[in-house]
Amino acid sequence: MMLKSLNLPTSITQEKLKDLYKEMWLIRYFDEKVDQFFAKGLIHGTTHLCVGQEASAAGSIAVLESRDKIVSTHRGHGHCISKEGDVNKMMAELFGRETGYCKGKGGSMHIADVEKGNLGANGIVGGGIPLAVGAALTSKMKKENYVVLCFFGDGASNEGSFHEAVNLAAIWDLPVVFICENNQYGMSGPVKDMMRIENIADRAGSYGIPGKVVDGCDMFDIMNTVDEAVQRARSGQGPSLIEMKTYRWKGHSKSDAKKYRTREEENEWRAKDGIKRFKETLMEAGILTEEEAKALQEQAKQAIEAAVKFAEASPEPSIDTLEEDVYA
Amino acid sequence: MTTTSTKTNREITYLEAVREAMSQEMRQNDDVFILGEDIGVYGGAFGVTRGMIEEFGPERVRNTPISEAAISGAAVGAALTGMRPILELQFSDFITIAMDQMVNQAAKTRYMFGGKGKVPMVLRTPSGSGTGAAAQHSQSLEAWMAHIPGLKVVQPSTAYDVKGLLKAAMDDDNPVIFYEHKLLYKTSGHVPEEQYSIPLGKADVKREGTDVTLVATAMMVHKALEAAAELEKEGISVEVIDPRTIVPLDEETIIESVKKTGRLIVAHEAVKRGGIGGEIASMIAESEAFDYLDAPIKRLGGLAVPIPYNPALEKAATPQIPDIIAAVKETVKYK
Repeated sequence: MMLKSLNLPTSITQEKLKDLYKEMWLIRYFDEKVDQFFAKGLIHGTTHLCVGQEASAAGSIAVLESRDKIVSTHRGHGHCISKEGDVNKMMAELFGRETGYCKGKGGSMHIADVEKGNLGANGIVGGGIPLAVGAALTSKMKKENYVVLCFFGDGASNEGSFHEAVNLAAIWDLPVVFICENNQYGMSGPVKDMMRIENIADRAGSYGIPGKVVDGCDMFDIMNTVDEAVQRARSGQGPSLIEMKTYRWKGHSKSDAKKYRTREEENEWRAKDGIKRFKETLMEAGILTEEEAKALQEQAKQAIEAAVKFAEASPEPSIDTLEEDVYA
Repeated sequence: MTTTSTKTNREITYLEAVREAMSQEMRQNDDVFILGEDIGVYGGAFGVTRGMIEEFGPERVRNTPISEAAISGAAVGAALTGMRPILELQFSDFITIAMDQMVNQAAKTRYMFGGKGKVPMVLRTPSGSGTGAAAQHSQSLEAWMAHIPGLKVVQPSTAYDVKGLLKAAMDDDNPVIFYEHKLLYKTSGHVPEEQYSIPLGKADVKREGTDVTLVATAMMVHKALEAAAELEKEGISVEVIDPRTIVPLDEETIIESVKKTGRLIVAHEAVKRGGIGGEIASMIAESEAFDYLDAPIKRLGGLAVPIPYNPALEKAATPQIPDIIAAVKETVKYK
C-alpha cells in the first residue's frame, strides 16, 4: 500500500490528499486573481499574498479536527481557505461587498469565520498570538478539547506579544501550536539582519517547549510535524513552536518593488514549489494520475472564477450599515 | 463619604463591593474568571481579590506573569471563544502595555468581522492620583479609552455604584474598561448584599440643585459634593451629576439639568486638555441646552503635567475643593 509508505498521520486519507492538492490550487488561484485585480484597480486598499506559502496553510490545517481553531495573519487568505473557508465570501469581502465575510467592513486583513473556528486574520503583526492563547485557555477551562493553531510570521517573532504569549501558554500547558511561517522577510527586513539566531524554532527553548524546523514547502513534513504537536497539545502536554521555512513569491504588499532581494533567490525558491512537489509525490505513490491532477487544478480555477462572478454580482453595503455592529 | 441612600443598613467599602460583585457572579456563572498579576494569595496590588483564590481556586483566579500584552490578549481570545474574563491590571497606567489588545483587537473585533463574534470582558484597573506613586502610577487615562469606538468606559464613585456597575459590566457582551479610583477603595457606603445591576449609560444625580450643574467623575464627585455643601452655606444651590459611565454617556440627564440651572461646570482629575470634560462641554454647546446657558461653560481638569511625587505638588496638579468653589462662584456671578 503506497499510502502507508508515505508515513502520514492516520487522519489523512487518500481522498483527503486529493482534496489538499485542489485546496493548494484554490489558494494559489485565489491570490493570483487578487493580484491581477489589484493591478487593474478592481480591488482597493491593500492585500498580502501567500503565493508560494500554500503548503504551510494546507498542510498544517489538514491535521486538525473541525472543532479546532486557527488564528491567522495579515497574509491569511490561505489559512482561511484551508479552514473550510468560502472563497465566494472571501472574494466578495475583498470587493468590499455586503455578501463578504465581514459585510465589506473588514477587507483582506480582517477576514474571520468564527463559526468555522477561524478567529481571524490580523492587521497587527503579532497581535493574534495572545488571542490564540486566550482561545486555548477557553478550550482548557471549558474542557472543549480543541486545539488552536496560531499562525504568525518571522517578523512577529520579534514582537513582545510573541514572547509574552508563548511563555503564558507554556506555563499554563495550553493546547496551542505556534506556527511561525518564516518567509525570510518582515516586509523588506531579511531575517538574517533582524535576529542573531539561525532558527526561530530555537526560541522555544526559552519557554521550555519543543521547537521544530520544518521544510515549509513539504506537505508531508508539515503534516507529520504539526500532527505530532496537535496530539501533544490535545493530550494536555502543552504548546509547541514549529517554524516553516518558506517564501512568498510576491512582494510584501501591493506597492513592493522587491529591491531587497534578488531574482536568483526568487527563482531558487520557486523551484521548491510546494504544490509541484506534492503532486509529484502523490503521483509517485500512485494516488494521483496526471488527468486527475489536471481536473482538480481546473476545478480550483473554476471555483475562483465563480467566486469573482459572485463578488461582482454582489451588492455594495448600504451606507445605513455604517454604524452597525460597533457594539454587541 | 457615602452619598447614595439605599434601603440596606449594611456598610461595606468600595473595595469590598468590587470583590463581592465578582465573587457573587463567579458563584453562579462558571464562564466568569479573573486573571491578573499577583491576584492569587497576594490578593492583588490593592487587596481587591484577597480570599478569592481560596474560594475559587487557581483555575478561576489565575495569577499571571507580568505580561500585560499577553494577559490582555488572552482575555480577548477567551472572551471571543465563550468565556467572560475579568482582567485586573495593577495600575491603570499599565494599560499602555495592553493597548494593542484593547484598542486594535477587543474594541474592533466585532465590527471588523461584520458583526460576528463578541468580546464580553471587563478590564478592571485602579486609576487616579493622591497616593504619592508619581508619574507612572497615578494617571487618569479614561479619555483615551472613551475615544475608541467599541469600548465602554465606567468610572464608579461610590461603593453602591461600583457593585451595581460591575454587575452590569460583567453582564455586558462588549469589552468594558472599568476604572476604580484607588482613593475610593477604603470609602464605605450602604450596599445591598444581593446582586443588583446599574445600567451602563445612566447618570446619577448625587445632589439636586438649582443654580449650577456640576458634572464630576470618580474621585471628583466627592470633592464636588463637599464643595456643594460649602456653597450651600452661602446660598448657592449646586446640582452634582455623576455620569458613572462616560461611554455610553447619559447626555439626557446632563442636558435636562443644564436646562434647569442654566450653568455648567465639568470637573475631572484627568488632564484638562483632551479630557472628557471637553466632550461634555461640547455636547451641551451642540444641544438644545445651549439656549438656556446664562454663563460660559467651565472645565476643571488636571494640569498638563505628569503627576509629581511631592505631596503638595501632586495635590496642586489636580482640581481641589477650593478650585471647584471658586469656579462655581465665578459661574453663578456671571450675568
